[in-house]
Amino acid sequence: MPIKTVREAINETLFQEMRRDERIVIMGEDIAGGAGTAGVEDAWGGPLGVTAGLVGEFGRGRVLDTPISEAGFIGAAAGAALTGLRPIAELMFVDFLGVCFDMIYNQAAKFRYMFGGAGSAPMVIRTTIGAGMRTGAQHSQSLYSIFTHVPGLKCVMPSSAYEAKGLLTQAIRDDDPVIFFEHKLLYDTADDVPNESYTIPFGEANFVREGTDVTIVALSRMVHFAKEAAESLAKEGIDCEIIDPRTTSPLDADSIIESVENTGHLVIVDEDTPRCSFETDIAALVADEAFGALKAPIKRVNAPHSPIPFAPELEDLYIPDASKIEAAVRSTLDGSK
Amino acid sequence: MQQSREELLKAYRTMRTIREFEERLHVQFAAGDIPGFVHLSAGQEASAVGVISHLGEDDYIATTHRGHGHCIAFGSDTQAMMNEIYGRRDGLCKGKGGSIHIADMARGMLGANGIVGGGGPLCVGAALTIKTQGKRGVAVPFIGDGASNQGHVFEAMNLASVWQVPVLFVFENNGYAEATGADYSVASGDIVKRAEAFGMPGEQVDGRDYFAVHDVAGAMIERVRDSGKPALLEIKLDRFYGHYEGDAQTYRGEGEQERIRDTADCLKIFADKVTSAALLGPEQLEGIDAEVSELMDTCVAKAKAAPPPTQSDLMTDIYVSY
Repeated sequence: MPIKTVREAINETLFQEMRRDERIVIMGEDIAGGAGTAGVEDAWGGPLGVTAGLVGEFGRGRVLDTPISEAGFIGAAAGAALTGLRPIAELMFVDFLGVCFDMIYNQAAKFRYMFGGAGSAPMVIRTTIGAGMRTGAQHSQSLYSIFTHVPGLKCVMPSSAYEAKGLLTQAIRDDDPVIFFEHKLLYDTADDVPNESYTIPFGEANFVREGTDVTIVALSRMVHFAKEAAESLAKEGIDCEIIDPRTTSPLDADSIIESVENTGHLVIVDEDTPRCSFETDIAALVADEAFGALKAPIKRVNAPHSPIPFAPELEDLYIPDASKIEAAVRSTLDGSK
Repeated sequence: MQQSREELLKAYRTMRTIREFEERLHVQFAAGDIPGFVHLSAGQEASAVGVISHLGEDDYIATTHRGHGHCIAFGSDTQAMMNEIYGRRDGLCKGKGGSIHIADMARGMLGANGIVGGGGPLCVGAALTIKTQGKRGVAVPFIGDGASNQGHVFEAMNLASVWQVPVLFVFENNGYAEATGADYSVASGDIVKRAEAFGMPGEQVDGRDYFAVHDVAGAMIERVRDSGKPALLEIKLDRFYGHYEGDAQTYRGEGEQERIRDTADCLKIFADKVTSAALLGPEQLEGIDAEVSELMDTCVAKAKAAPPPTQSDLMTDIYVSY
C-alpha cells in the first residue's frame, strides 16, 4: 500500500471528492493563492499546502479564494450548503473561530432544528489545531471542546494519514455540518493509505492498541504520545489499551465504557485546556456509567488552564507528552501492578 | 412601472394580510397567548411586498427578527406561520423555531434570524449556489438599520462584490435599532452611501410608497439578475409598534406613533392612490379587508386549538444522522 503523508492524503481526498460530486466547492484564504496577480493560478495551494493543485483542475468557480473575512465566507458556506451546494471551508487556524463562530454555532448548527427538519447544512469546515510550532497563543490552540459542546455539529480529529482520508471522505459525504480538525504537526507524518476512496464512519472509536491494565483515551497527535508511553510501559510489564475516539461528536461511549470495564483504570489525554473539556466529558461519562469498574481515580493529562506560551521552553512544558502519560498511568495503577 | 388591476389587488391583499396578521399578534400577545419574543412589522408592508413581488422560484430571501411580512409576501401559508408563532407541532417549523427563527425552506426562505444581519452572509452563499448552478436567480437578505452596522454584514457586502454573486442587500431603515436611533448608530447617515464603498450600485427609496418601492426594487432586481453582481437598496420606513411586543417605547418622540399612523401608513397611502386614480374602487379594497379579517380569525382560532409538540419531538431534527 502506498505511503502518504497526512497532507497528501487530505489533498488526494479533496481531488477525489470534487471529481465525484460537482456540488462541492472549496473556499478559504489563499487556498489557491495569487488571486489578483495576472498569470498566477496556484501561488500557495493553501497556507499549509493542503489544497495545492485544486484550482488547476477545478477552476476558480469551484476553488474560491476569499478575502480575510471568516464570518463572511463561513456564513456564505452555510448559506450555500442550505441551498444545494456542499461547501468545504478552510478556517486557517481554529484560533480564528472568534471572528466567525456565530455563523457556525448559531447558524449552520441550528438550521435543521430551528427549521423543524426542513433543511440542513452539509458543509465541512477544515481547520488546524495544535501547539508545538512556536506560534504562540493565537495560532496554536486545540479548541475542539468548544465545538463538541454545540448540538448540531460533528467533530472529527484524525490521528493518521489513513484516518484523515477515510474520515474526510465521510465528512464531505455527510449531510450535517462537520468540523474537521487537522493537527499541524501531523501533516508530515505518513502511513499506508489506499489510492481508492473509502470512508471511516463517525462515532466508532479505533482501538489503537489492545491491553488489559489501563485504558488510555487520546485524540489526534496525543494518540502518538500515548503509543510512545505504552511501548515504554510495556517494558515494565504494564499493558495499556489505547482508544482513539476519532470523533468527539458523535462519541463512541460504548467502546470507552467497555474498555474501562475490562481494565479498571482510565487515563485521558487532551491537548485542549482542561476546564469543561473533552477530557472532563469522558471522565464524567465513565463516572456515570462505569464507576463500579474503576479500581482507582481517573487520571487526566492535559494542557494547563493557560494561554499557550511562545518561548520554546515554556511551550514544551505546556504540551502533554509521553512521559506525562507514563506518570499518569503509574499513578493510577499506584503499585497495583 | 405599469401594474395590472390583478397585480394591484394582489399587492393590496398581501399588504393587508401582513397588517392584519401583525395586528392580531399584537392583541394575542397582550392576552398572554404567545410565548417568547415577538417583533411586529406593521407599517413596513410596502417594503416587503414591493420588493418580493419581483421574486420567484429561483430566488431566495433571508429575513430578520421582524420577518413575518417578508414570509407572507414570499408566499408562506399564514396558518402554518400562526401555528409556528404559537409554538404548535404543525407549525411551519414544527414549533421549534418560533417567530424569530421562522423559515420556509420549500420556498427558498432561509429563515428569520435571531442574530442581526445573519442573513447577509447566508444570502451570499445562496447567491453562490445560484451562480454555480448557472441560474438567473437573486438572493435578497432583508437587514435592519441596526444590523447594517454589524461586521458580518460588511463582510458579506465585500464578499458579494469580490465573488460577483447576485445579491440585493435590502436595508429596511425604520429609524430604530431596538431603542437606539439610526441618527446615532449609523455613522454614514444614509446606509445607501455604503454601496459605493463596497463596489456596488445603491438606491434609496421611500418605503411608505408601495409604487416607489415596487419600481425601484424591480429595476434593481433586474439589474442584479442580468449582471450577476450585487446591489444595495435602502428603504426608509416606519414601524408602528415597539422593538418587541411589550416595549414601552419611551424613546419615541411626543405623538410620534400617532403621526406615523396618520401620515406614513403605507396601506392608507396605497388606497388613496389607487382610488383617486380610479385604478381600484374602495369597495374592492373593503372586500379584501373583510376577507383577510375572516382569514385571520380562522388562523388565530386554529392556532389556539392546535396541539403543542410532545416529548418525542424534543430530540428530533438535530442531525440528519447521528
